[in-house]
Amino acid sequence: MTTAEIAINPTRVRRARIAYGSVLIGVGLFIFFVFGLNTQPGVQTTFGINLAGFNALPVPDLVVPVQLTVYLMAGIAVFFGAFQLARGIKSTGTLVGVIAATFVIAFLVWAAQGKSFNLTGMINSSLVRATPIALAALCGVISERSAVINIGIEGIMLLSAQTAVVTASLTDNLYAGLIAAILVGGLLAAFHAYLVIRFKVDQIVSGVAINIFGTGLTSFVSSRFLEKNTDLLNNSGVFPVISIPVLDRIPILGPMLFQNNIVVYLMLLVVVVMHIMLFYTPWGLRTRAVGEHPKAADTLGVNVYLVRYINVILGGMIAGLGGAYFTIGSVGRFDEIMTAGKGFIGLAAMIFGKWNPIGAFTSSLIFGFADSLQVKLQILRVPIPSEFLLMAPYIVTMIVLTGVVGRAIPPAADGQPYEK
Amino acid sequence: MTNVLELRGITKRFPGVLANDHIDISLREGKILALLGENGAGKSTLMNILYGLYKPDEGKIIVRGEEVDIHGPNDAIARGIGMVHQHFMLVPVMTVTENVMLGVEPVKNGLFLDKAKVAARIREISDQYGLEVDPDAYIKDLPVGIQQRVEIIKVLYRSADILILDEPTAVLTPQEVEGLFKIIRSLIEKGKSIIFITHKLKEVLKIADDITVLRLGKVVGSISPQDATPEILASMMVGREVNLVVTKQPAQPKEAVLEVKDLYVRDERQNLTVNGISFDVRKGEVLGIAGVQGNGQTELVYALTGLLPIESGEIHLLGEPVHRNTPRNILERGVAHIPEDRQRHGLILSFPVHDNLVLCTYYKPPFAKGINLQEKVIYENAEALVKQFDVRTPSIFVNVGGLSGGNQQKVIVAREFSRPIQLLIASQPTRGLDVGSIEYIHSQIIQKRDEGTGVLLVSSELDEILALSDRIAVMYKGHIMDILDANKVNKEYLGLLMAGVHPEGAPAPAEGTVPEKVF
Amino acid sequence: MTEKDSTKTKTKSSEGIGGGTLREALRVPALAVLTGLLIGAIAIVASGSNVFEAYYALFVGSFGDPVRFYNGFQQFFSTGETSGLLRAIYPFTESLVTATPYIFAGLSVALGFRCGLFNIGAEGQFFIGALTSAFVGYSITGLPAFIHLPLAILAGMAGGALWGTIPGYLKARFGAHEVVNTIMMNWIAFRLSDWLLNGPMKASGFRPVTPNIEHTAELPRFFPDPLRLNWGFILALVVAYIVYWFLFKTTLGFEIRSVGANPDAARYAGMNIIRNFVMVMALAGGLAGLAGASQVLGVDHWVGQGFSAGYGFDAIALALLGKSHPAGVVLAALLFGFLRSGATRMQSIAGVPIDIISIIQGLVIVFIAAPDIIRWLYRLKNIKVEETVLTRGWGS
Repeated sequence: MTTAEIAINPTRVRRARIAYGSVLIGVGLFIFFVFGLNTQPGVQTTFGINLAGFNALPVPDLVVPVQLTVYLMAGIAVFFGAFQLARGIKSTGTLVGVIAATFVIAFLVWAAQGKSFNLTGMINSSLVRATPIALAALCGVISERSAVINIGIEGIMLLSAQTAVVTASLTDNLYAGLIAAILVGGLLAAFHAYLVIRFKVDQIVSGVAINIFGTGLTSFVSSRFLEKNTDLLNNSGVFPVISIPVLDRIPILGPMLFQNNIVVYLMLLVVVVMHIMLFYTPWGLRTRAVGEHPKAADTLGVNVYLVRYINVILGGMIAGLGGAYFTIGSVGRFDEIMTAGKGFIGLAAMIFGKWNPIGAFTSSLIFGFADSLQVKLQILRVPIPSEFLLMAPYIVTMIVLTGVVGRAIPPAADGQPYEK
Repeated sequence: MTNVLELRGITKRFPGVLANDHIDISLREGKILALLGENGAGKSTLMNILYGLYKPDEGKIIVRGEEVDIHGPNDAIARGIGMVHQHFMLVPVMTVTENVMLGVEPVKNGLFLDKAKVAARIREISDQYGLEVDPDAYIKDLPVGIQQRVEIIKVLYRSADILILDEPTAVLTPQEVEGLFKIIRSLIEKGKSIIFITHKLKEVLKIADDITVLRLGKVVGSISPQDATPEILASMMVGREVNLVVTKQPAQPKEAVLEVKDLYVRDERQNLTVNGISFDVRKGEVLGIAGVQGNGQTELVYALTGLLPIESGEIHLLGEPVHRNTPRNILERGVAHIPEDRQRHGLILSFPVHDNLVLCTYYKPPFAKGINLQEKVIYENAEALVKQFDVRTPSIFVNVGGLSGGNQQKVIVAREFSRPIQLLIASQPTRGLDVGSIEYIHSQIIQKRDEGTGVLLVSSELDEILALSDRIAVMYKGHIMDILDANKVNKEYLGLLMAGVHPEGAPAPAEGTVPEKVF
Repeated sequence: MTEKDSTKTKTKSSEGIGGGTLREALRVPALAVLTGLLIGAIAIVASGSNVFEAYYALFVGSFGDPVRFYNGFQQFFSTGETSGLLRAIYPFTESLVTATPYIFAGLSVALGFRCGLFNIGAEGQFFIGALTSAFVGYSITGLPAFIHLPLAILAGMAGGALWGTIPGYLKARFGAHEVVNTIMMNWIAFRLSDWLLNGPMKASGFRPVTPNIEHTAELPRFFPDPLRLNWGFILALVVAYIVYWFLFKTTLGFEIRSVGANPDAARYAGMNIIRNFVMVMALAGGLAGLAGASQVLGVDHWVGQGFSAGYGFDAIALALLGKSHPAGVVLAALLFGFLRSGATRMQSIAGVPIDIISIIQGLVIVFIAAPDIIRWLYRLKNIKVEETVLTRGWGS
């Protein structure tokens, strides 16, 4: 934006400036009154860095005085708010970052006052809990880059989760379960692709049908077979944690990135591979062209339908991997509706990540953080009912979708059937 | 001289329509064949068949003496056939290089896109044919004239020697048309053969070596440009004598109905597309807004009708400010709007004709009592309007989506003209229509003017602007270059203004700044 | 056909029942249900049960046992005793009882579709509506029924409306997609209800349920216990008619349908998209809330955990099956009522889990949404099915 343009309409710019400034000051005051006044001088919070059972080199824990930190956070928020009101800060990202950071730090310090809170454990569990969300988001990215909306990710993940645990239990081989989950994911996505491409079914309707079908079928199988034969069919064990030598000794980063199970590693691999594929290979170029302007791609001899089929099916396989996480990747058994909306949260992460693999991954981390935070807080016995803490991921999703944090533009042809 | 391409007995049926009826055409090597016909004559269908996008029901395609099957664009490209589509087939968010390489991507290291190689080839083609373009530019940042060059480069990159240009001049200024003709001639010099599709008679006479005229899906005849005149071509094209001139009395303008002062508008992507313009429209006159498409006309009309918020400035209707008013309020003040995209804005295609005819008035008596719709009155209204405006429809109960483009437009005109109006905003009112509908709508617009309505006509067809307007404003990059008396201008002068050049030699205003004095 | 007749059928087509005669309009949905049942039969066989036994149990469970009907009538005519007859009609009335919340919930989703909104949140709206009406039902005492009952019904409607309005507003104001947001609202509703049922709204005792509502808040029943058919069913039919009138005979309905069919044209014509989105989501939420209220006030008289199990998703199938037309929704809801009610018996007699119905429903949705599949399967020709765009992508 050039300066000449800003000069034309100062009202809109000013309104946004006042809004953000007020919110910042409001957050600062909230931190001060709600957290700050509930603290005693001299109390400390210990943030543990070292995690039992992990290989990272030991580092001293971080010990902070509660009251001072909370006041400091309140001060920072108010200062930024005042600065914003007076002068204005260009980057919306900075503003939102300051709001989120001051609030979360103050909240954590306050919630854990006088106790010990393992920071590294929190970060590690954020990544682990972000894994299914990220995989759902990546499924969304690759499908929607070729303009097919897949809202049935939730149903795909449920069915894959169940397939994974049953296959793994029967064969006594976790990798067989993993492969079965990926295949089932691909199969369901192929079905979705067939409906929306061949029969031009409304993409949202088809996705919802898959969700209903997935919920119904898994519940059917669960109550008909799994409940009666738990040991035989629904007891697989979980993938072991694989440590990567040397790298796992780095404090914080080691436990976070290099001491995980195979599903987490595969997720990280998919992020990197998808990024390279989308932006540096012919297939990616075609995929993006099909998502933006399918007719243009068609007139150059690109097979629009084929590109869509393959991308949607690849996406389904990624979602299948995400499904495997729920059972053989974390608890080793299947429970009805265990995905608990993660497929939809993944779609929100995709939107927030602006349809980019890396963006989708980083925004999944936010949801993973919100998810693991509520678990930690329950352990810390924060005086908030656990049911409300459990709402956190859903509320964060809704806030993210409002697009307050920068509006993203989906692929131009997203959701539209292509007719020659 | 050999025929490089022949089509024999091509027939294509769509549900309810015979789009191509045993069409024969032939293209001589190194020549330009003009395919002339009005909208809906079947030209585009024919070319889409040739390019493999449609499958013909009957007939054969012969390329260089050899009968070929063309199942898709790949087959066409392999036979050396390339097409520049009327609506550009470019991905706006990608670069020129990416658009050119799409579908035939060279790779390095066996996997990764080799953009440098393609960019180098694009520069080569640019030099060879005088098609200047920056390979790294994003399409969305390029003006339409340059985008067209990219389309031609795409075709040449695939080493086509038969080029199909579908209505290539529709979006260009007269000077850009000259530039395009220069490029076409240089292509011919290098041995290419070209099919030039158009409905503009004068262009055909200027550039073609052979002319074939289509009407209602059939070949009417072929003629050489030496034997043809605009009148002959027009009667071949339409099947009757065509009145090429709109007859009208001199305007009798009265007080201003619409006054626009220093208007700035942003489009949906937040780009400043209307850049501080001022003008007025008086009762009983037609103010034409000329300009190449995409120079802010769309956003100007949206702002005037309340569909886009304005950035700053003022809009006065009959002396009252309306720039913060809702679309409904503006409608109720007597503004009629024939929208640019009739299927997107003007009609609900899945609704029957009778509902579309009350789309703006359904909530007012006599069509509603309280919140109750008065179906009987709505039907009677529809029957009357269908008769009055000669809408050809099986009944008022069929969905508007089933009508032809001309009849859809008549539904809009009937609806808008049936309420009391002070100002008519007509945006591209005849785009894509057949000659009969064009004549009808033109006469209706002039009749409204003579009744004392102020008319704002936005059109990228310079002929339409010249035929209907009493005064002409030319828009370029969101500015009004000048407002002129329609009797005292010619096409060339307007063309220069449309390209942002002041004929007196004044420099074009830079983007994003306010011009010092435009009047 | 006389002039008047043609007017009549054509008007119908504009309401989206489908072109042509009623028979043609019903053919695809009927075949879709049939195909769903056939594939369901395969699942039953695969799970090791007897299909005929299962589907006969389904029939008896939904309409009643013919033998019992015969005996009941015989008893009635010979002795004037109605107990046998009442026992015979029990399955049938239970089907209607089951259909009642389906009608409301189906109307909720159908109303959203008409405005181009996909309300997957009927589930949560249903739950919240049930909780609010139960709260009014048990917490207020001493009111006469003619005040207490309407109050409880309105409370349910208001609760559901609140739950629908939030995603409606977010959609209208920020373009946040209602599909994801209504799902999120469902989960929030579940968590909230967990808390309410274990805390503020918990009845004394161990189970996480609300207290029973007062008798003055109950929807009166037509027959003595155990027959549970009540005025909720009649209310559902009346509401269905009101929705029909609202959608097709009023200016507000005209706006809603215009916004749904072409929001750009609606804006051009001066309609307020934001207001319509919020209004429709509020009304849709209100209808789903009514579904919850009718279940609490007419049938259960208290609310427990997992109360709404699956109504929201079923409602989507109903709206699609009924082509978003209130009359179609009522028919579809009756069908589902019979299926669900019969399925309970199918489970107890033939040992087929109720979840089989979900599978059948998922299939029915697919077939309805892709009529081409049905046409292709049964080699149907020349059936005109209107292309309806139900929803849009992520943009605003």
